[in-house]
Amino acid sequence: MTPGLLILAQADASSVDRFLQMLVNGLAVGTVYALLAMGFVIIFKATQVLNFAHGALVAIGAFLVAIVAVDLDIPGRWMPGAAEWLTWSLAAVVGVVLGGMLGLLLERLFIRPMVGEPLFQVAILTVGLDIVLRTVVDDIAGLDGRPLADPWGISTATFGNVIIPHTQLVQFGVTAFTVAALAVFFRSRTGVAMRATAFDQEAARAQGIKVGRIFGLSWFLVALLAGIAGIFVSIFPRAAGVSSATAFVAFRAFPAIILGGLDSVVGAVVGGLIIGIAESSASVYLVEFDNILGTGFSAIIGYVIMMIVLLVRPYGLFGTEEIRRV
Amino acid sequence: MRGRPLLYTSYEGDQALLNTWTKKTVFGLMMLLLILLPLGVVPGFTWAASNSWMLVFSQVSIFLIAALGLNLLTGLAGQVSLGHAFFMGVGAYTAAILGGPEGPLWGLGLPIWVWLPAAGMVAALVGVAIAPTSFRVRGLYLAIVTLGLVFIGEHLFRNFDFISGGSQSGRAFPPFEFKFWKEETPLVDFSTDGSWFGVELSSQAKTFYLMLTIAVVAGLVAKNIQRTRAGRAFQSIRDRDVAAEITGVDEFRYKTLAFALSSFFAGVSGALFASFVGRTIPEAFGLALSIEIIAIVLIGGAGVVSGMALGSLFVIVLPLLVLNFTEWLTTVAKTGDGIAQSIADFVVATSSFDPGLISSIPGVSPGLNVFQVNQVLYGLLIIGFIIFEPLGLFGIWIRIRNYWKGWPFTY
Repeated sequence: MTPGLLILAQADASSVDRFLQMLVNGLAVGTVYALLAMGFVIIFKATQVLNFAHGALVAIGAFLVAIVAVDLDIPGRWMPGAAEWLTWSLAAVVGVVLGGMLGLLLERLFIRPMVGEPLFQVAILTVGLDIVLRTVVDDIAGLDGRPLADPWGISTATFGNVIIPHTQLVQFGVTAFTVAALAVFFRSRTGVAMRATAFDQEAARAQGIKVGRIFGLSWFLVALLAGIAGIFVSIFPRAAGVSSATAFVAFRAFPAIILGGLDSVVGAVVGGLIIGIAESSASVYLVEFDNILGTGFSAIIGYVIMMIVLLVRPYGLFGTEEIRRV
Repeated sequence: MRGRPLLYTSYEGDQALLNTWTKKTVFGLMMLLLILLPLGVVPGFTWAASNSWMLVFSQVSIFLIAALGLNLLTGLAGQVSLGHAFFMGVGAYTAAILGGPEGPLWGLGLPIWVWLPAAGMVAALVGVAIAPTSFRVRGLYLAIVTLGLVFIGEHLFRNFDFISGGSQSGRAFPPFEFKFWKEETPLVDFSTDGSWFGVELSSQAKTFYLMLTIAVVAGLVAKNIQRTRAGRAFQSIRDRDVAAEITGVDEFRYKTLAFALSSFFAGVSGALFASFVGRTIPEAFGLALSIEIIAIVLIGGAGVVSGMALGSLFVIVLPLLVLNFTEWLTTVAKTGDGIAQSIADFVVATSSFDPGLISSIPGVSPGLNVFQVNQVLYGLLIIGFIIFEPLGLFGIWIRIRNYWKGWPFTY
């Protein structure tokens, strides 16, 4: 994902401009990681499952948006004359919700039978899910990628000497809105039920909360988040469309969840932004040390940071320490 | 003690490696079958003597060694690791440095009795260095740390291109041959056809014998580790780490030991794998390899040594079966008639733009190609085994055994 960003870094920029540009690029990457990491954390909190199929959900979400917006042209075909950004946004919502339905289905079919089984088994089960889903999407989407045809294209805005693509402005807005919506949701009746389930399933059940429904709901939410992240991973400046590479972004987001702590939503956002900015700054400032650190170091700096943080704080920055009872 | 199941008259009898009459017979017959297999004299198994099947069985043996290692760590000691491929890579590149051909890349050209044990030792040392993290970080956190290990390892392998040859061309690994030191003609050469004790053997058959020997030794070692003090300590840590600590099991020491042993197996297996393939790029030791080994452990039955053999056979041979099955279906769809033809025609796509689930023409017709079908099946198998048979193939065997044990009663 760095090649796209490198175009935006001006060669003759001053060091302040360079820093600001790096920061903006880092936030752009970081918000995607934050969206992904929130997805991991919500599933982990609600169902104690570490979801390795998240990458597949990202690719499927973006792919469904491509189908709805480009191939089917819904709802654009019924709204002649409507603004392009409006029809495309509605199409994106439809695609993402379809992805959410798939999340619901996956939970019902594969995760529900595993309630109470060892956590490792369930984690590996999601690896199996990931392999199946990713192979099917690869086959349909192909190596060349399927463009999403978003209305903003490659247009950019310039603030001082800092260049920001319009897509990234949209991305910042959407991410902020999503985080705010989630915060509101967790205070709603259903949201409180969800938090209660995450805290103690049996107690929640005793209060009349339908735990199974909460599980399904959390997978639905997470597939939504994955789809939103998927859109921003597959458009300018990161890629030209959904392809077999789209799903791999989820593996880059793993350090973010660990950094924040597996069970902290706030930690996920903070961790995502930290890892994003770290990657971006590594690709700007550590390039001179390529002969020592190796080319492509920025791609793994997240994991290096994660290792260091875990050795100091084994439950991440915001995670709750597991109390070990005999 | 025939006819009286589970009746042991001595402690030794109970603790024996093959503690029942059936196990002894089955083990003996299996060994005999495997030894005679390359000669093509076993009735019903003559097909297995072909060179391509010999290569397949060699690969099964190599993956078995890796799976035995992961089984020690995950199945026995209960430590989740996604980083097995990293340790295999460490072993492979150690072997390459010590035994690889001298040339532009690092290679000392030493014989196999140096590079093979060294590959295991270096991997074990790296394992010891990683082990303290498993003491601090538990459960799924450890899974992600070991996942990070795979990515960092891949980065290192790729960038040490004076060892690995980079991701473009990769490098050549040492061939299978026994030498005293660096003399010209090897004592035993596995890469050319020739006769052993008057029996004509292809190079593939010779390689199979070598791999089989190492795998059987590894299996016996793994089985024996389960019976030692350390093996019991591993299992107590797996079942309840706090309780183990209270009963006097030094958690730190045994976790480190588990990592070291597991990495030793991985290192040996990685070195054999790289040499077996001959030329490999750093990306070969990525997450996919780790998942393959985990799949073997889960499908075979975590914690069971004989299950590992079943698991690796299953995981390696399945793609070949799918390939052959698809070819057979294609011929049926083209030349067959009746209902069989209609079914086959529905499943496979025989010409471009012919709808079908499996397409034999990649990139043209819409269906999945054979490789993708394999991937999907592989994923479904992992899912299926975890949901329906958490004990793996070994669990199926247990159920069959218990049925006959109680026969004609149901329990």
